Amino acid sequence: MFKLAEDWGTAGRPYRDAIVDTLIDMMKDNKSIVMLEADLGGASGTLKIQRELPEQFFECGISEANMMGMAAGMSSEGLIPFTHTFGPFASRRCFDQVYLSGAYAHNTINIWGSDPGFTVGANGGTHTTWEDVALMRTIPGSVVVDGADPVQTEWVVREFAKTEGVHYLRTGRKSSYKIYEEGSTFELGKGNVVRQGSDVLIVTAGQLLKDALEAAESLEKQGISTEVIDMFCIKPLDAKLLLSESAGKKAVVTFENHGVIGGLGDACASCLMEAGVSVPFKRHGVTESFGQVGTADWLQAEFKLTAADLEETVKALLA
Amino acid sequence: MEEKELKNVKLLAAKVRRDVLSMLQHRGYGHVGGSLSLVEAYAVLYGKQLRYDASNPHWDERDRVVLSKGHAGPVMYSTLAECGFFPKEWLNTLNDGGTRLPSHTDRLKTPGVDATTGSLGQGTSEAVGIAQALAVKGSKNYTYLFVGDGELNEGQCWEAFQYLAAKKLSRCIVLIDDNKKQLDGTTDEVMYNFDLAKKMESFGFKTQVVNGQDVEAIDAAIDVAKQNAETANCIVLDTIKGAGVPYFEQAVSNHSMKWNNDEINKATDEAIAKLDEEIERGEA
Repeated sequence: MFKLAEDWGTAGRPYRDAIVDTLIDMMKDNKSIVMLEADLGGASGTLKIQRELPEQFFECGISEANMMGMAAGMSSEGLIPFTHTFGPFASRRCFDQVYLSGAYAHNTINIWGSDPGFTVGANGGTHTTWEDVALMRTIPGSVVVDGADPVQTEWVVREFAKTEGVHYLRTGRKSSYKIYEEGSTFELGKGNVVRQGSDVLIVTAGQLLKDALEAAESLEKQGISTEVIDMFCIKPLDAKLLLSESAGKKAVVTFENHGVIGGLGDACASCLMEAGVSVPFKRHGVTESFGQVGTADWLQAEFKLTAADLEETVKALLA
Repeated sequence: MEEKELKNVKLLAAKVRRDVLSMLQHRGYGHVGGSLSLVEAYAVLYGKQLRYDASNPHWDERDRVVLSKGHAGPVMYSTLAECGFFPKEWLNTLNDGGTRLPSHTDRLKTPGVDATTGSLGQGTSEAVGIAQALAVKGSKNYTYLFVGDGELNEGQCWEAFQYLAAKKLSRCIVLIDDNKKQLDGTTDEVMYNFDLAKKMESFGFKTQVVNGQDVEAIDAAIDVAKQNAETANCIVLDTIKGAGVPYFEQAVSNHSMKWNNDEINKATDEAIAKLDEEIERGEA
């Protein structure tokens, strides 16, 4: 069961602290859980794992393909590997290794791809991924999650360790916003209706949930009753929830920190289309663009991923 | 190697070579060159060096074998069948729809196959992960990694070697099949005929170069590698692509061949007949 925190939208603890501390807690109890890092332990915080549990930490250096292949080999020997590198390197750069050595060979690789989309900030265009979700969704059997806040992300990390397969988690590293109350629980494959509404449905995932909730509040004040679903688990998609909550709405808008091709919006569009749902629909995301450098806030505005941008999309669709 | 062991290993090599030829001729096409070049190394492993239980392919105490050049599946399948991992009748199902013996080795399909390979380079990292996991668990078992010389074009191999060397995972023994040819030509024509031993030594591997068609030399080199716990271990197998059959050794393009003419069928029939005689003598 989940519950929105009363102070949702305020600054939360860094995602990386939540992930690393959760891993350490799990790894102390389960020596089969291992962490592989590609020379970004200082950035991700996983060096804390190296300090506290050196026998369960493997520094692979700047060689993502080898890291993913090693994780696959370790999985075939019964270990439960978690890997970290920045999102583009965890997806684009070693996709074939994740696909074949991992998924195709039925090996488990838990992947944390950090700093997705605009959260890349000063690392800029070369380190930006607008397509990691699209890539990872195509892998048979994969689970793809965009973590809305540290509470949910901690729950996801624990859940990943319980099942076999290729699991992909994208989150920022540093800042986060509080969304859920501590102790909230979730279900992979199930979306959360975090706000009820009758006119419009916004489906989002990841850090943008905060902006979607803010947009919904603003729209409500303008007389547009807006429902918000946190579809943190983009794959498997909660089709049942999407269809039931789309029913009777005047518009459905997906909102993602990702390109519109192959992401949450495409997943929802396919689901609605195949179910024969006819509703005004818009994928609000990044279109035909590469990343660039700037602060995360500047990039969010530059790529039109703010609450205000979402509001405009909703109103345009209703007009 | 004792005389009896030598006789058994040579007999196994003859059987594996015959089976490789027979299964590929039956299928009508396949990766013959790089399968034949590894016959002796496989015979030494499964005939003497390797710890395994054919009736329990997932035995925890087994040594692991990763054929990163997964297209040489026929040499692995022939060896596994001869060693009792599965019935020899399976060999003629190579590449059939639903077969347990796919073109490239697959850990989910074939008893005795420890890693899924085929996308070249990837088996190297899988083997490193296996070896690292065994080390974490305190296992004394070895991981044997077969990698092709052409495959070394792939950067991933060097990422994996870098890790093995840096972490001194001495129980992962890298066996490079230096048969000097790849699909589009000789290794020199396609890229460059690097001095593989020097490259591996420069990475920090204890490196031995042996005649890869000489079972005693291979066996001795593995013994030496097993004695070296200080660094990563590599054996460069100086091999002939298509080894053991003049027709295939001399074929210019022998990476993958088709049995679509009298000449190749005659050469294969003659080679099999000769190997059958050798096997009969060996079993006498």
